[in-house]
Parts: sequence; C-alpha cells; structure tokens
Amino acid sequence: MSIPARLVQILVTLLALSCVFYLLLGLMPGDPIDLALTLDPRLTPADVERLRALHGLDRPLWARYLAWAGAVLRGDFGYSRLFAQPVFALVGPALWSSLQLLGAALGLAVLVGVGLGMLAALRPRLSPLVQGLAAIAQAMPGFWLGILLIILFAVTLGMLPAGGVAEAGEPGWRFLVLPVATLGFGHMAAYARHALSAMRGAMTDPWIRSARARGASEGRIALAHALPNAAVPLITLLGLDAGALVSGAVITETLFARPGMGKLIFDAVMGNDYNLALVALLLVAGVTMLGNLAADLAQRALDPRLA
Amino acid sequence: MRLWAGLSLLCIVLLSALSADLVGAWLGLDAATPDLFARYAEPSAAHPLGTDDLGRDVAMRLLHGARVSLAVGLAAAAIGAVLGTAAGVLAAWRGGWADAVLMRLADALLALPALPLLIILSALDPAPIGLPRGEAAADILRVAVILAIFGWVGVARLARAAAMSVLAMDFIRAARALGVPEGRLLRRHVLPALMGPVGVATALSVGGAILAESALSFLGLGIAPPASSWGNMLAGAQEAVFQAPLVALWPGLAILLTVLGCNLVADGLRR
Repeated sequence: MSIPARLVQILVTLLALSCVFYLLLGLMPGDPIDLALTLDPRLTPADVERLRALHGLDRPLWARYLAWAGAVLRGDFGYSRLFAQPVFALVGPALWSSLQLLGAALGLAVLVGVGLGMLAALRPRLSPLVQGLAAIAQAMPGFWLGILLIILFAVTLGMLPAGGVAEAGEPGWRFLVLPVATLGFGHMAAYARHALSAMRGAMTDPWIRSARARGASEGRIALAHALPNAAVPLITLLGLDAGALVSGAVITETLFARPGMGKLIFDAVMGNDYNLALVALLLVAGVTMLGNLAADLAQRALDPRLA
Repeated sequence: MRLWAGLSLLCIVLLSALSADLVGAWLGLDAATPDLFARYAEPSAAHPLGTDDLGRDVAMRLLHGARVSLAVGLAAAAIGAVLGTAAGVLAAWRGGWADAVLMRLADALLALPALPLLIILSALDPAPIGLPRGEAAADILRVAVILAIFGWVGVARLARAAAMSVLAMDFIRAARALGVPEGRLLRRHVLPALMGPVGVATALSVGGAILAESALSFLGLGIAPPASSWGNMLAGAQEAVFQAPLVALWPGLAILLTVLGCNLVADGLRR
C-alpha cells in the first residue's frame, strides 16, 4: 500500500478506536460526580443533578462522544480533572519522557540482541549459550527483572536511584539506566533469535563464499556482506515488536514511577479522568502505528523486491 | 528434547498446584492466615520461604498462586483457541468480505499496544455482564476472557492459512461434488487438519497469557487479594524491597519457569 493510503488507514483506525475507548470508559464504574459526592458529604441529590447536567453527564453516551469528537477536531482537547491542567500540556512532556525510554531501550535491545545473535551465528559453540539466554529473557516478566535490578543496584549497592526522575541539577541519565535495562533486556531476546537465524542463513549465501575467495577478512564478510542481507527480517520484527515495546514501557514506567505516557494512562484510567485517558490512549496507539509504518518503509528501502 | 524439558517443567508446576492443600495440611500452614507479629520473617523450619507483608507463608501462597496462573493461562489459551479457530475457518471458508473484516481486525489488534487496552478492559465493572466481582474464580474467568480478546489473533492467522490450503485440495472438491454439506465438510475434513498449527499457537499463548496475567495482577487489575497470584505477590513484594528483598525472588522465578516450560513445549511441538 502507498504511504497516503497507510496514513488514511491509521486515521480510520484511530477514529474507530476513539469510539471504542469512549464507550469502554463510559462503561467503567463511577463517574466524576460520584467521586465528588464521596469527597463532599454536603452535596444534595439536587446538587448532583445540577452538576450532572452542567457537565453533560445526563446525556446519552453517543451524544457525549459526538460533543467530545467535535471539540477535539476543533483543537480543544479539554482539561484533565486529575491534574487540573489542559490535557495538551500534560501529554507533551509525558510523551517525550516515554520516547526517551523507548528509544534507549530499543537501541539497547537491537545492539545487544543483534550482537549476540551474530556472535552465535559466527561462533557455533556459543550458540546454545545465546539461545538459552534468549529463552530465559523471553520467559521472564519484565517487571520482575526491574524489581531484581532495584534490589541489586538501588537497595544493596545504592549506586542508582530506585525510581522517579532527576530534579534540577541532577544528571538525568542515572534515572534512565535501570528502566532502560529492564525494558531492553526482555526485548533483546527476539532480536537475538532472529539475528541468529538470519545470519546463519545469510552466511551460506554464495556471495559469502566468493568474498572469502577474494580474501576479504571474516569481520568484513560478517559486517559488510552478511549483515545487510540479514537486516530485512530484523526490521520486520521491529515493526511487529512496536506494540509489545509500548506495552512494556507502560509497566516499566509504573514500576519506576517515571511520569511517561504509560503511567499517565494508568493514573487517568484509575482516576476516571476521561479526557486525559482518551487522548493519551489515542496518542500511544497512533505513535505505535506510525512506528509500524516506519518499519515497513525501512524494509522497502532495504529490499527493493518488496516495493 | 525441548518438548520433554518443557513438559517436565509444567508437570512440576501442575503437581505443586494440585498438592497445595495437601502440603498445607501436612505443614499446618495455609495461604490466607495473616500473622502480624511475624511480618517478613526470614526463611525457617516453620516458614520454608519466609513470610510476606502480612505475615502469610510465602511458600503456601506460591503453591496457591500456581493454581491461579495455570488456570488463567489455560483458560485464556482455550478461549483464544476456540475463538481463533472459528474466526480463521470462517475467514478462509467465506473469503471476501468476512475474510477482509476479520483479518483487518486481527492486524489492528496486533499493531496496537495491548497493555493500555488491557488496563481499560480490566477496569470495567464485570457486574452488568453477570460476573460477580471479587471472587477468585470469577476473577480468573474475567482475566482469561480479557486476555482471550487479544489471544485469538495468533491462532486465527495460523488457522486461516492452514484452512485455506486444505480447502484448495482436491479431496475437498471431490467431497463437495459428492454433495457433502458444508458444515460436515468443515467438521470432518478441515478441522482435523488444523490441529497441528492450532496446537502450537495455543501452547505459545499459554505462556503469553501467564505473563500478561502477572503484569495485570502486578498493576492491581488482575487477581485481587486476598487470593494469591504470582503477579499480586510481586506487587506486594515490590513495596517491601527495602525490608524483605527475598520475597520478590520466588514468584518471579515461578513465572519464569512456568512460561519457559510453555515456550519449550511450543518449540518442541513445532519441530
């Protein structure tokens, strides 16, 4: 499919998702007025009726959805009840924080995973070790590794912070090390396995033999001749992995109390903050689908047969 | 080899799940009794793996957690296998419009981040659809159904591919020419051919479901305490990393070994 067609498909999916999310959030138990009622015992039933009407909560769900969608199309994303700030102002910094985590973790997973996979393909004696490590990384709950890393590096050794973000003047990278290691390790497994099988396949290609016959060094053969051919399935994996990576970021952020999109979504859903939850969910879904699209485009650029 | 290693791991987990009550009666322990004077006790003869934040025996909670994890994993995989096989066969058999809708839906579910959607679905009130909230068995069913909403996709894609290749074969044309009704055709000739790929996909999804359950329970949206699941044990342990770091070790190790077992079985079946 062409790029404009893919973009239209993403927009249609987002539109459908916004309906589904709105409906699901509407089905959740309790609404903001219920919460206000539990906080202020002086509210009378008449006050509750008035507040419901004021916020439009007495109208049917579809009418509320249309009103919300109309406002969003006009660029009005509403206010977050939980944080008492415009949704737009909250989502920006959270997205930036999540992208830092995602980018660093993905970089780590790809570098270490592909490195280990190549090593195992070139040195067959190491391959059971790499495969064992990958099997363990794949079966391990990511947040458990996070807890273990906190126990080791934050509690026992006291080298790194157990969570949160840097305050002014502190170096920010210290707060990224453990979350990135947690998220990256689990995703490394898939890259290692795919790199291993792709490199194994690529190393049997005829041009490897001819490169060897011309006297190219083993390092050059691996990096310049085999790796580019092995890269196509790895980029497919990159696209398939995008959703799982974002899911992993949600739980990693909750564990390490990082104020990113994942924690924002969790807090918003738990706190009945509809405006915030909707926009944050749609944004995360949109970013994930764009990631998929980018992986597809990269794949076509690398493999002209697909274009 | 992988198949047997995986099966033996799963047998150990299954035996622990089944023996939870027996071991409890033998040691005189149970998973639910709190003892606030023995919070975070070190491992000892009375408590082989120590106690948790309410002084409950960690070993007993681990055994009972095995029941929950296996039940959720197997139930979610079974529901997903049934839904996925039905969707895959329908898509391959009807083709055209049904195929396009089902497979676009599958693509969309695969491309989306699952955990944020699972968080919303878990936060829904199950009462209107007739599931009581708070009972352990209802919780297990609720989590399994929610996980199956995403779990059917992998099965459906494999089932569709296998069904399409079977439906294109000559004996299907022969059966149709002989006037075999379509329902019987699908049941007798197509379904048996799907057992292999559906079996592998289901074995893989058991491990995935166990991991997802532990993540949801860790966030407080899966199995609700006082029932113990490995995920909610880890949630309790995370808050106590300073007082009792060891409590966090066992549930994670249990999840790791169980999921490893499932993945090994799936790997072994595929070969």
